[in-house]
Amino acid sequence: MRSELFVQYLISGLIYGSIYAAIAIGFNIIYNATGIINFAQGEFAMLGGMIASSLAPSMPLAVAVAVAVALTAAAGIAIERVFLRRVARGGVLKMIVMTIGLSIVIREAALLAWGESIRTLPFFSGNEVSSVSFLGAHFSPQIFWVAGAIALISAGLSLFFKFTLVGKAMRGCAASRDGASLCGIRPDGMVTLAFGMSAGIGAMAGCVVAPLTQTHYAIGSELAIKGFTVAAFGGLGNSVAAVVAGLFMGMLESFSIILIPEAYKDVVTILVLLAVLFLKPSGLFGSRTAGALKEY
Amino acid sequence: MRRYFPVVALVLFAFALPPLAAATKTAFLLTQATMSAYYALASLGLCALMGYAGQISLGQAGFFAIGGYASSFISTRNLDLLASTPFVRLLDLAGLLVRGTDSYGAPLLSPSPWVSCLCAVLLAAGVAALIGTPVLRLKGHYLAMATLGFGIVIEKIVRGTKALGGADGISGVPAFTILPGLEVTGGRSARSANFTIAWLVLALGYLFLVNLFGSRSGRALRALHDGAEAADAMGVDTARYKLKVFILGAVYAAVAGILLTHYNGSIGPGEANAMKSVRYVAIVAIGGMDNLGGTLVAGLALNFLSLRGVFGSLDDGVFGAVLVFVILLAPEGRLDLFRGKARRTISGGASRGAQS
Repeated sequence: MRSELFVQYLISGLIYGSIYAAIAIGFNIIYNATGIINFAQGEFAMLGGMIASSLAPSMPLAVAVAVAVALTAAAGIAIERVFLRRVARGGVLKMIVMTIGLSIVIREAALLAWGESIRTLPFFSGNEVSSVSFLGAHFSPQIFWVAGAIALISAGLSLFFKFTLVGKAMRGCAASRDGASLCGIRPDGMVTLAFGMSAGIGAMAGCVVAPLTQTHYAIGSELAIKGFTVAAFGGLGNSVAAVVAGLFMGMLESFSIILIPEAYKDVVTILVLLAVLFLKPSGLFGSRTAGALKEY
Repeated sequence: MRRYFPVVALVLFAFALPPLAAATKTAFLLTQATMSAYYALASLGLCALMGYAGQISLGQAGFFAIGGYASSFISTRNLDLLASTPFVRLLDLAGLLVRGTDSYGAPLLSPSPWVSCLCAVLLAAGVAALIGTPVLRLKGHYLAMATLGFGIVIEKIVRGTKALGGADGISGVPAFTILPGLEVTGGRSARSANFTIAWLVLALGYLFLVNLFGSRSGRALRALHDGAEAADAMGVDTARYKLKVFILGAVYAAVAGILLTHYNGSIGPGEANAMKSVRYVAIVAIGGMDNLGGTLVAGLALNFLSLRGVFGSLDDGVFGAVLVFVILLAPEGRLDLFRGKARRTISGGASRGAQS
């Protein structure tokens, strides 16, 4: 293969891998706090990109992105407070059905609000034609924003969970709800915070990739299943592993075009998902001992 | 005997509605009512899995599509050029082929829809058996994602494969002759008869499940739903029961897919869409999860309204919104929307055994 083509595939894998990783991190935060998988996770990335694209013409880009992230985080909090908290006692089956229902409602609401048109955001630096050359390949400087944002998010989260009181409290809730409340932590508040953070991170990811990949009301469900694949691949709950797994999946997808027709590209991801679930549901980096205690 | 009431009602409607519709000049409604019956049949199969065995599947549309696609692919093969080969002659002698002419008058020699139907059902059951073992070891979210993934794989395959028509799907699917003069096909003259066929098939499917759940296997499934470990301890082979009901659900979806495809004369990749699977789940949830009668009513009503275009462009949104509110209103137990007051129990799950 020509080296510039190789680099081009690499970059494309990096971009898609980063957004999958961000969605996977969103899954992980909520999973860690509540033990549930939020099927509406992909919709947060869609909402972020769509809101920012609506606001961008009338205000500075940075403000538009910040407002989009804040609004999406608020939507995440509202979803938890209004819909999920009441259903939490109904069991896993009801929670799954509930988040699926919510994802449809959000998607259809987006269709009503923005129509079927494909939208985009201005490039964060430079414009459509500015490019950086590397080993004969040309790519947009936007990918530095994408990679930077993901690196920042995952590093920030690691520090947050390790060193801040709130982060530790959230981990406490994940380990034992009852134990945490005995220590004076309000588990409900932590769950709400988890949804807010998860939605905000999803929105941020949706914004940084929007200039490159465009955005559309229906991108959420595909992002959700790929994000979940990455989260499960890395081991559910492990955000650093999610980044590694995300980049791997992104590369796998972009290089798979060499061997198999483009129409089957998405099948690759899902076959990986099925293989992971069937063979090692604790994920690539999940420990077997911890896995034995969990239910898959 | 109350549990047989929906069967009796379905049979009555199957025969009474067509003349009634003809008398009130609303016979055009029968087309959508026929299609709704097939979609409801697929939902009943899912209800057996979700409500009774407690296992979620977001891949029901995949099995529906496997049935529809397999039957239409096989029954649209033209073997005329191979008519002299021994294998085809053997098939012909066995009465497994039907002759006809295409729209240009060229001779057609195709496998009979009975053959294609049987192959399609076997294929769906085979696929379910194959993926069922690893899939059903998973629980909760993992099970949901794995079945969703399966459904998406099926959709991508039928959409990406040229032999299956790609994005256009397969059209020109022949009529399915059940008895001479009685065939599953679209068209005005066959409308009333097809409505009756569809609703009778639905009644039959319902009757089978009601009897199954009243039997020893049904009690085993219920025990599985309430607590797999406890069922295991009582000597129920939980893995085998789960697999059996998974295959049963797949066969229901496949039969629905086959009959609807022959009725419409075509099938497209949209039938395998994940959103379709979600709709089946929504119907079961709206019906009350472990409530066959509720699933039946919800399946017929929602699909009929949706096919009539009542929800307009908000079609999916309506399913989603109804789903959200139904779950919201019944967070702790099952939904009693379609259940008589007398059957309501005081504390949900604990007294589940009291009914049936």
